[in-house]
Amino acid sequence: MTDEALIVLENVNKWFGPLHVLQDVDLSVARGEVVVVIGPSGSGKSTLCRAINRLEPIDSGTITFDGRPLPAEGRALARLRSEVGMVFQSFNLFAHKTTLQNVMLGPVKVRREQTAVVRDRAMALLERVGIANQAEKYPAQLSGGQQQRVAIARALAMQPKALLFDEPTSALDPEMVGEVLDVMTSLAREGMTMVVVTHEMGFARHAADRVVFMADGQLVEQAAPEEFFANPRSDRAKDFLSKILTH
Amino acid sequence: MNVLIDKFDVFAGGFWLTLQICVLAAIGALILGAVVAVLRISPVPPLRAVGTAYVTVFRNMPLTVVMFFAAFALPALGSNADFLRIPGLEVVFTRLGTDLPYFRFALIALTLYTAAFVCEALRSGINAVPPGQAEAARSLGLTFGQNLRYVVLPQSWKASIVPLGSVIIAMIKNSALIGFFGVVGDLSQSADQLTSAEGYAFIPVAIGISIGYLIMTVPLGALLDRIERRQAVAAR
Repeated sequence: MTDEALIVLENVNKWFGPLHVLQDVDLSVARGEVVVVIGPSGSGKSTLCRAINRLEPIDSGTITFDGRPLPAEGRALARLRSEVGMVFQSFNLFAHKTTLQNVMLGPVKVRREQTAVVRDRAMALLERVGIANQAEKYPAQLSGGQQQRVAIARALAMQPKALLFDEPTSALDPEMVGEVLDVMTSLAREGMTMVVVTHEMGFARHAADRVVFMADGQLVEQAAPEEFFANPRSDRAKDFLSKILTH
Repeated sequence: MNVLIDKFDVFAGGFWLTLQICVLAAIGALILGAVVAVLRISPVPPLRAVGTAYVTVFRNMPLTVVMFFAAFALPALGSNADFLRIPGLEVVFTRLGTDLPYFRFALIALTLYTAAFVCEALRSGINAVPPGQAEAARSLGLTFGQNLRYVVLPQSWKASIVPLGSVIIAMIKNSALIGFFGVVGDLSQSADQLTSAEGYAFIPVAIGISIGYLIMTVPLGALLDRIERRQAVAAR
């Protein structure tokens, strides 16, 4: 496991003031693996996800990505972030740029790739997520589902080694959830390394290699999805599943 | 009211001098204020501390005191602010190049003081940009400078421009102080000259210089209103 692990968290602790949001978290994500993190609100799932590219600095423990520990703030960290794509709950598309410009900004400015090459790749990615015909529109002119698919294309344009999803469908109208999950499922099938924080149990069931259950800042249990949903071992997970699966 | 016609050249000369110092101080304050604003939001704590210290000092000190320091402390330190005698610039703004340094001292004081307010106006614009924008840029691997240049600043100026305009209008009015610190012949010092030395009645003279200031401030205010209205429409 260790030599093929892409993301490794060891003894990670994080406090927000007196609140201990991550408590001795150990997690290893292998290359090509899809890990879905579930758990009740406030359990530290999002913080865990954001810690991996250091959008949230941790207080103790170590996080390594592709064999290197996360660097401190600066150019080295920027380089690492360019290799880890991130998709946010609130999309966070650049409001003053068109869809196409959103997708092209990273490769052109961070990687200094040629504009023409990037444009072709960006258009291909927009094609893939099904919104190539909206390339010249601004984010405010798109629906939530479309915006989130642009955000995925923007992350993919950097050709990242892993993708982090922080509740990517939680801000969407129900009828738009499917179109985003479809894109994510196809990425998972193609072997992209993914860490997905979500409340979409359907996605966890059919796309995840492993489900990680968090509660109160602790990583309570992890298992293959079939096993986790059929036989949760901890009381905390049983309680959580009984609440969400009865409706 | 004859003074307005008889002494029109004095009013016009005062207007011209006040306009000169305001244009120069506005440019200086915008540049310096932008630098201080970048310091204040920098990820490097010592730089942040420098920016914060600057704003704390110059925003909280009366302009008169800043003027005193410029006019008395600089000569005591052996400086005539000769670095402001910029070739080319001193041809247009002749007072920059004269041997009497008071115009330059006043310019320094006005610039330093106004820059603190410019910094805060710019920062309020930056803070108006949703934090998710900068976060997304960081997650793509943009550096701090790239983040500012390509993502944050292009979105922040809209929210900055109206408070910035107010700062500049306040600066124009503040420039009325420079006559008390050795600068001869700006709008308000001309008024002083006409009333106390030449014996003209105060009220007509005051009306004259008020018109001078209003010619500078009212169009600026109107321009800001226009920009604000256009933004309100764009925001819908």
